[in-house]
Amino acid sequence: MKVPPDDKTTGLPGLRSWGAVYWLVMAVFVAWVVLLTVLTRMYA
Amino acid sequence: MNALDYAILFGSLLAIAAYAVWSTRGRRDFNTYMKGAAETRWLTIGLSVMATQASAITFLSTPGQGYESGLGFVQNYFGAPLALIVVAAVFLPIYRRLKVYTAYEYLGHRFDSKTRLLGACLFLLQRGLGAGITIYAPAIVLSTVMGWRLDTTIVCSGLLVVIYTVLGGCDAVSLTQKYQIGVIFAGMVAAFAVLLAKLPHGLGFTDALSLAGGFHKLEAVDFSTSFDRRYTVWSGLLGGMFLALSYFGTDQSQVQRYLSGASMRESRLGLMFNAVFKIPMQFFILLLGVLIFVFYQFERPPVYFNRTAWETAAAHEAGGRLRALEADFGAAHARERAGLETWLAARRSGDAVAEAAARATVDEAHTQVEAAREATKSDLRAAKPGAAANDSDYVFITFILDHLPHGLIGLLVTAFFAAALSSKAGELNALGSTTTVDVYRHLVRRDATDAHYVVASKCFTAFWGLVAIGFALFANLAENLIQAVNILGSIFYGVVLGLFLVAFFLRRVGGTAVFWAALGAQALVFALYSTLSISYLWYNVIGCAACMALSLVLQALIGSPRGGAARPAAA
Repeated sequence: MKVPPDDKTTGLPGLRSWGAVYWLVMAVFVAWVVLLTVLTRMYA
Repeated sequence: MNALDYAILFGSLLAIAAYAVWSTRGRRDFNTYMKGAAETRWLTIGLSVMATQASAITFLSTPGQGYESGLGFVQNYFGAPLALIVVAAVFLPIYRRLKVYTAYEYLGHRFDSKTRLLGACLFLLQRGLGAGITIYAPAIVLSTVMGWRLDTTIVCSGLLVVIYTVLGGCDAVSLTQKYQIGVIFAGMVAAFAVLLAKLPHGLGFTDALSLAGGFHKLEAVDFSTSFDRRYTVWSGLLGGMFLALSYFGTDQSQVQRYLSGASMRESRLGLMFNAVFKIPMQFFILLLGVLIFVFYQFERPPVYFNRTAWETAAAHEAGGRLRALEADFGAAHARERAGLETWLAARRSGDAVAEAAARATVDEAHTQVEAAREATKSDLRAAKPGAAANDSDYVFITFILDHLPHGLIGLLVTAFFAAALSSKAGELNALGSTTTVDVYRHLVRRDATDAHYVVASKCFTAFWGLVAIGFALFANLAENLIQAVNILGSIFYGVVLGLFLVAFFLRRVGGTAVFWAALGAQALVFALYSTLSISYLWYNVIGCAACMALSLVLQALIGSPRGGAARPAAA
């Protein structure tokens, strides 16, 4: 079945493919883990 | 609560429900009733997915977790972003391509009728029980502290959600969830702001964090590899990912939310919205609990946050000892508070010796405070064997009622009910859909009209609503409420996820092998749960891995599926 055209593009500025969106989400997640680790160490 | 609070509570809840019913009036087409009008945009999907997962338990119980155990619970959600990416990239395209109403229809396409029914029944069993907890949990806490009748609270909140879910279907659920989560966020942000303003004069935000850190409340991540610890980075990443993958990918209450998207793009963005904001949201709610802990170091809290239970026990034979423990608690708390004020003054003046001495005083007094609390819990347990002696679910509501102004009390109580209704609506909508599509239409009436199936779906939704209300009326939980829900999910989710992963990735495995493998894996999880004391998150991994491994073994024993290779994953 042909994929509808609006499903191929993300519609997000600077993020043309879904792969790029997923990498950005992963980067945000890693940033959160790093921040929480810093918080844990700072106030241990 | 005064008249203003009640006006906010009833006005908001009834207005949102009435608006949703009015907006979705006249929708009698089966496809629209089940999936919505295919107009839903990513923000509504994102908020709807978030609202379905975040029940009243999340907002009532999680601050209590933060108060008792600190930020460590946030690790439970570390697997969610990865799982949501897998759902968006793998599960969603297959569901949309096959135009299924429920996730379990896909199992029928890929395997056979009995495997589809097994998946649907595991969902109905698990979610049917869970639906009772989501309605019982806020009702028990709110009725206890407000002095409302528990059965009236359960029946009224249960009937309201049943009415608008039955009348409006999928679109009414998404629409109400969007406004309900708005109320919830407004309430939580307001509570956070008031809490910060109420911290003692001179105690800044960083001082509050230092103080909380001194009591080990800011240990957000734990890299230890011990299986006995409930929350570690590894159990959160691996177990949490399996739990989230199963929940977001195979639980119809979530699948139905994102299948209502206007396009795959809208559904994907809605899922990514959750992947980005789930961890910060949970962190924020836990931090709220940690700050309430700091606040109560300077303001005397009750020795036991469930005051009604304490007063009931104190009125009987245990009264003398409970009052003595309360006096001990008060004296120790006063010493702790004085020590903390000395400690803060020493910190500001840079006097390291005085700071260390004050810290020792605080630690000693805090040990006595905790000892008095533990002894109280023990006495309450002895006074009423079998009763829950966990008061962490009452921490946040006690703070709200004792320290927030009227109007905000109404907003927060509205937020708790809004959260209860929003998750309940998603569950009922999914239970009704699954019963209609995977059981009734599949086994009982295959060729009825659309109108007939809409009526059937409404009847099944109402039926499950009444089952949930009935279960809630007879429930009694000893665990912290949010943990009870996660434990229940973890017992079933691993096996359901195993069914789907076999369908997607083990193409040689057929229906008979995976069916018996799933039953065997579920029996194994039951057996292990009753004998081991490992973190419940690991049961998601065990159930899934056992289902997949047993499928391969059974398939090898019985030979190739009938007709050669199994049907392809996205048939």
